[in-house]
Amino acid sequence: MRLNNKVPPGPLKNKWTNYKSSVSLVAPNNKRRLDIIVVGTGLAGASAAASLGELGYNVQCFTFHDSPRRAHSIAAQGGINAAKNYQNDGDSVYRLFYDTIKGGDYRSREANVYRLAEVSADIIDQCVAQGVPFAREYGGLLENRSFGGVQVSRTFYARGQTGQQLLIGAYQALSRQISTGQVRMYNRHEMLDVVLVDGKARGIIARNLLTGSLERFAAHCVVIATGGYGNVFYLSTNAMGCNVSAAWRTVKKGALMANPCFTQIHPTCIPVSGEYQSKLTLMSESLRNDGRVWVPKKVEDAEAIRNGKKTGLDIPEEDRDYYLERIYPAFGNLVPRDVASRAAKVVCDEGRGVAPTGLAVYLDFKDSTMRYGKARANVLGLNGTGDVEKLGKEVISEKYGNLFQMYEKISGENPYQFPMKIYPAVHYTMGGLWVDYNLETNIPGLFALGEANFSDHGANRLGASALMQGLADGYFVIPYTIGQFLSAEIRTPSFTTDLREFDDAEDAVRERIEILKGIHGNKSVETFHRELGNIMWEYCGMSRTAEGLTKGKELIRNLRKDFYKDVFVPGRIDEYNPELEKALRVADFLEMGELMMEDALDRNESCGGHFREEYKTPEGEAMRNDEAYTYVSAWEWNENGAHKLHKEYLTFENVELKTRSYK
Amino acid sequence: MSQDMNLTLKVWRQPGPNAEGKLETYKVVANEHMSFLEMLDVLNESLIAEKKDPISFEHDCREGICGTCSLVIDGRAHGPQRGTAVCQLHMRHYKDGDTIVVEPFRAKAFPVIKDLSVDRSAFDRIIQAGGFISVSTGQAVDGNAIPVEREVASQAFDAAACIGCGACVAACPNGSAMLFTSAKVAHLGLLPQGKVEGKNRVKSMVAQMDKEGFGFCSNIRACEIECPKEISTENIARMNRYYTHAMINSE
Repeated sequence: MRLNNKVPPGPLKNKWTNYKSSVSLVAPNNKRRLDIIVVGTGLAGASAAASLGELGYNVQCFTFHDSPRRAHSIAAQGGINAAKNYQNDGDSVYRLFYDTIKGGDYRSREANVYRLAEVSADIIDQCVAQGVPFAREYGGLLENRSFGGVQVSRTFYARGQTGQQLLIGAYQALSRQISTGQVRMYNRHEMLDVVLVDGKARGIIARNLLTGSLERFAAHCVVIATGGYGNVFYLSTNAMGCNVSAAWRTVKKGALMANPCFTQIHPTCIPVSGEYQSKLTLMSESLRNDGRVWVPKKVEDAEAIRNGKKTGLDIPEEDRDYYLERIYPAFGNLVPRDVASRAAKVVCDEGRGVAPTGLAVYLDFKDSTMRYGKARANVLGLNGTGDVEKLGKEVISEKYGNLFQMYEKISGENPYQFPMKIYPAVHYTMGGLWVDYNLETNIPGLFALGEANFSDHGANRLGASALMQGLADGYFVIPYTIGQFLSAEIRTPSFTTDLREFDDAEDAVRERIEILKGIHGNKSVETFHRELGNIMWEYCGMSRTAEGLTKGKELIRNLRKDFYKDVFVPGRIDEYNPELEKALRVADFLEMGELMMEDALDRNESCGGHFREEYKTPEGEAMRNDEAYTYVSAWEWNENGAHKLHKEYLTFENVELKTRSYK
Repeated sequence: MSQDMNLTLKVWRQPGPNAEGKLETYKVVANEHMSFLEMLDVLNESLIAEKKDPISFEHDCREGICGTCSLVIDGRAHGPQRGTAVCQLHMRHYKDGDTIVVEPFRAKAFPVIKDLSVDRSAFDRIIQAGGFISVSTGQAVDGNAIPVEREVASQAFDAAACIGCGACVAACPNGSAMLFTSAKVAHLGLLPQGKVEGKNRVKSMVAQMDKEGFGFCSNIRACEIECPKEISTENIARMNRYYTHAMINSE
């Protein structure tokens, strides 16, 4: 199979403009005759369904949640990037493009990333018009802050709940289309297969989660916007329901999974506290604007803290190692996520971790509290008489109040008094379905948006870029690029679901469910999921080796065999049954995990979130191998384990490949 | 290290929407670091190990923002902690030997699906009735074209922080959705972008709210107390003003 990325010709900065002017259009009267299925209602899915509905297409939209507003985009905290240059600090479309390419360690496609940077400004305008209450300056204009891996302030935010506000904006736009009947919304419906007719994606099989019945839906094309697969690690910052199943079912029908091993481990999460733990909670990257990351210089001090004999407050300034500032003076605490996470692992491996488990570092707000306190005291004209620390805490609370509150609820410790303890955790998956410039997979008529595709973040995503990509894909890219496919379908009448292809797909889904239900084993689905997570974290987590990956792959295969022998799914098939839903998802994770190991094993280099112990510089930094690995790994799944690698070689015409340095 | 806690749970079990439900008693061992939902996970795992039907409860993000979780604990929506969704409630607020009663959100407009899971789709229909600004993709002017007073943006945010969980309805003796509806009416009505269609919005949303079978508001303000995002009942006053204005000035 030759992968054609369909990147339009011409200079980088004209590609999208020219594309938009020349792409085939679908006339309004024909749009009315064309049906689109959108699966997922996060930022990408909701914005796509709303925008396509506004254009006049007939949209059917699906979510497994009880409401489209629950999608996990809602939990994004920090912000959304846009090249507005409102701060007059030298930002531009090119700079956002460059930062994203560099941040992704030169493993993403130039043309897609440039388009993302180009449409970023429109997203902010659209969201403001929808009523998203972004933070504002006293003059009434939009406020910005800074995120990791960049040297400008281009992040727009709504306190620590930016994802929530953006998703509600998209949800409301979607609700408007539902009210006009342009979008038919199916809540509590989980896609369990894609239906291909003559090689094109023409429908889905979904399970009605309330009744357990399998239902058929047909359309001219299918859009997958179902997020990432971080929950393959069991513990992650993803919501409990996040899963790979919709995307994975398309892989089983021939879609290619690209760069599956590129996972993002986020440096600032609340550390694991025990065995029963069900998920991990992120502390927004925005905290690194003001928090300083450190561990004790001496192992004895760290030990004393772990044993509860000392706290962070007992360690004098000269015995603290602000290791990010020390190693990376140019970016300091705001280095990209992969770099910050690895550094935290290194200092904890040295025995300098500060939680009872030894797996935590401090994020300390003392200095910024005093700095803000002094500034506020000056504003209030107190000139050295006020309680600077108290004033400073007020400012910190205004900026990060909800995050501090969340930290205290979970950890039981007051972060205004003691420095926060944080540790890296799985957060985002850069890999995803392979798509071309049109966001179309290798299956004609099957599109993938947002975190579900692989296209924009390379081997590492910069902070505040996931929201940007989800909304870019949904609001401003797919409404144009879907026309490329649908303009050739205007004579294709609507599909009916009585075709043989739908019979076959539904039968296959039913069989899969009956197999799982029929095992009657002795272990819960959760047990298998947890075990899978342990294997993934151990062998395919923050650092990887060929030996470990080979072993991990074997362990997953064995676990999968065991799953199909010994899993127990309670309840009935034809009823509301959350355990059955989970079993179907874990079954898919058990295959996805294997592919991630395979991909990590193939990539004999370190880049971004993919760190292979064998490939590092003498200082321990990631060592890329541009000559051999400047390609996208697009995997074709094979049931017998002989997965086939298809390579899309990446060409860089506008940026020079350099060793990423934040020093 | 943390001590084990031996707890007695009385949990509402109801096989289906039309089936009869009752409280069942369970024993569970928890520790103080667990979240309330993790404690229920532990209980469910033990039920599954005995080949019994696990307790159905809804949850997703487990960080207090998606609004999926919906339990009434000892008679209080989302449990005893102010400004906290159940998923953010931790067991350190309980002690060894405690008995805890767990029930679903109860309201006429939120029928039980199974055990502790309820149907809150009425909220979606209220939003569909007008909880949006009618602006299609691509029509927007520059984000800084219309300055918004910082305080106004902040108030709009406070209202927009609603997570749509339905605790306000569950807490209200009348089963009223006034806090939910007014939070959306206020969020959009405060902003210059949303004022334009404000009159229609408030009328349609209130009409839909009534149609769904939610009760009236009698200023008890339990909703505000139980709201995990501490949405203020000032929004209800605001909505009443908008509504009166819209009715008086109707064509």
